[in-house]
Amino acid sequence: MSKGRFGNYGGQYIPETLMNAVYELEEAYNKYKNDPEFVAELNDLLNNYAGRPSLLYYAEKMTKDLGGAKIYLKREDLNHTGSHKINNVLGQVLLAKKMGKTRVIAETGAGQHGVATATAAALMDMECEIFMGKEDCDRQALNVFRMELLGAKVHAVTSGTMTLKDAVNETMREWTNRISDTHYVLGSVMGPHPFPTIVRDFQAVISKEIKEQILEAEGRLPDAVIACVGGGSNAIGAFYNFIEDKEVELIGCEAAGLGVDNPKNAATIANGTEGIFHGMKSIFCQDEFGQIAPVYSISAGLDYPGIGPEHAMLNDTKRARYVPITDVEAVEAFEYLSRTEGIIPAIESSHAVAYAMKYAKTLDKDKIVVVNISGRGDKDVAAIARYRGVQIYE
Amino acid sequence: MSRIKDAFNNKAFIAFVTGGDPDLETTKKLILEMQDKGADLIEVGIPFSDPVAEGPVIQEADLRALNAGCTTDKLFDTLKEIKDQIKIPLVFMTYINVIYVYGKEKFMDRCNECGICGIIVPDCPFEEKNELQPECTKAGIELVSLIAPTSNDRIKKIAKEAEGFVYCVSSLGVTGVRENITTDLGAMVKLVKENTDIPCAIGFGISKPEQAQNVCKYADGAIVGSAIVKIVAQHGKDCVPYVGEYVKSMKEACLRA
Repeated sequence: MSKGRFGNYGGQYIPETLMNAVYELEEAYNKYKNDPEFVAELNDLLNNYAGRPSLLYYAEKMTKDLGGAKIYLKREDLNHTGSHKINNVLGQVLLAKKMGKTRVIAETGAGQHGVATATAAALMDMECEIFMGKEDCDRQALNVFRMELLGAKVHAVTSGTMTLKDAVNETMREWTNRISDTHYVLGSVMGPHPFPTIVRDFQAVISKEIKEQILEAEGRLPDAVIACVGGGSNAIGAFYNFIEDKEVELIGCEAAGLGVDNPKNAATIANGTEGIFHGMKSIFCQDEFGQIAPVYSISAGLDYPGIGPEHAMLNDTKRARYVPITDVEAVEAFEYLSRTEGIIPAIESSHAVAYAMKYAKTLDKDKIVVVNISGRGDKDVAAIARYRGVQIYE
Repeated sequence: MSRIKDAFNNKAFIAFVTGGDPDLETTKKLILEMQDKGADLIEVGIPFSDPVAEGPVIQEADLRALNAGCTTDKLFDTLKEIKDQIKIPLVFMTYINVIYVYGKEKFMDRCNECGICGIIVPDCPFEEKNELQPECTKAGIELVSLIAPTSNDRIKKIAKEAEGFVYCVSSLGVTGVRENITTDLGAMVKLVKENTDIPCAIGFGISKPEQAQNVCKYADGAIVGSAIVKIVAQHGKDCVPYVGEYVKSMKEACLRA
């Protein structure tokens, strides 16, 4: 079996044109990941540019209000550029620079990954082009302008469903078109090997910090870690260093859109089947002939018909469990956290908050739950207002 | 049923058409017309929702076919209807998910039933060949290998294990019409030929007779997809004679090489 497998999942199902590029990337990554100079440089960027470590905040009011387990929030929303995406991007762009690349390209859904990539490209003097579904450009117009402000060129993708999967298609096409000077900064734990491993390693800092911080605060590990899952990068980052700690429950929250029984959802584990797409074998929302489904979620960042291969494996082995959260639940959680703790979470992260609200109540008061707030919600305010019938535009 | 090698007695013209675009009836007529006008091998595309190796022309054709209700099963049924009239080899071009989700064994069995003798799967590189090879071998369906301008040191191992013909991708990027092809095709084909006896055809970017003639100087055949699909897009159900005329001119150009 080929490289980069997570159980039966993963692999390298990509056009021949890209094969030497992924080999080159793998070699470079293996060379630099343990190189003390590279590690020091990346840590310096993470600490002094991105603002790591991010806080682990005890949500006392939320805890008391729900009356169950103690809730901690991992504040990835406080990172520079407002989400966990910067962790992976700083790593990959630094790596690309070491590889002698002068140009980076990336897909983006909500725009978080695009903004992070444009930011790192500005900082490290790289040319940058971002591919974003036309529909997402409309939903997240402010982020488009933000990327342009950072010097990136933004392409509105009009093929297919004009959302995240189409942005990935178009970025892959662009990579096959121009490889020698260009690195594709894939934003999630998906795609062909070595991307799922590289992105996971760069995001694993989240669970590394949670572990240190919770041991410091509580003297023990949490009972559960909850994160939202689209492709699954913030979730794998929050889970990774707990995978061996079997007593810690790992819970991924998928976007169920209008409901898992309604065609308008993006809940891959709940509704998907095994397939091979975007370079990987994994679970996908698709029909009986393998046509990829046009998925839907209020959250552009979770609006993806697949899930990273390592999550598919964690689901198979039952090491993690995945739950669907609807638009309605996510929006209520968005408003609840804003009101209760004065923290406006991204609509993506609100899916994790929504499950924590349901789950914490069912647990005893001596239990501890950590919720990964993967991003901040400023970008979503206008969309939520419209959802509630207030016609404001950015 | 013909085998792929039968197509390469002389410089071959290989024509691609997206199955079910604009509808399955037209696909049937197009295949027969292209055979009649000199195509030596026909690639039938099974439409896929997300064809990452295709440029806009074939992307749109896939979408048209799917929106018109084409499915893998319906395409199989259609090809079965004309099986006895087909004298040249037919191969499928599609994405691995289409085959994987259909069921690999069932897919290969149906290929045999419908006179399909090979498959081209652009998102199944050498490293993942074993995903399909056992089922292909068992059913006697040839799995065509692709090489690209970036393949370099990989050409040797790919060519050594290649079946049917070697599909040489002329240019970086996706399928689609190009003004110029800048890859050193001579060097690429030479490397392939050093490592295998099976024929070698060049595709991606070819639309004009001069281009077909030129690639046939180096290779055993020229593959044309987007240029044909464009004619289909332009004329819809009335496209058949226009495609026929085009195929005729391209075949003649190949023979001039």
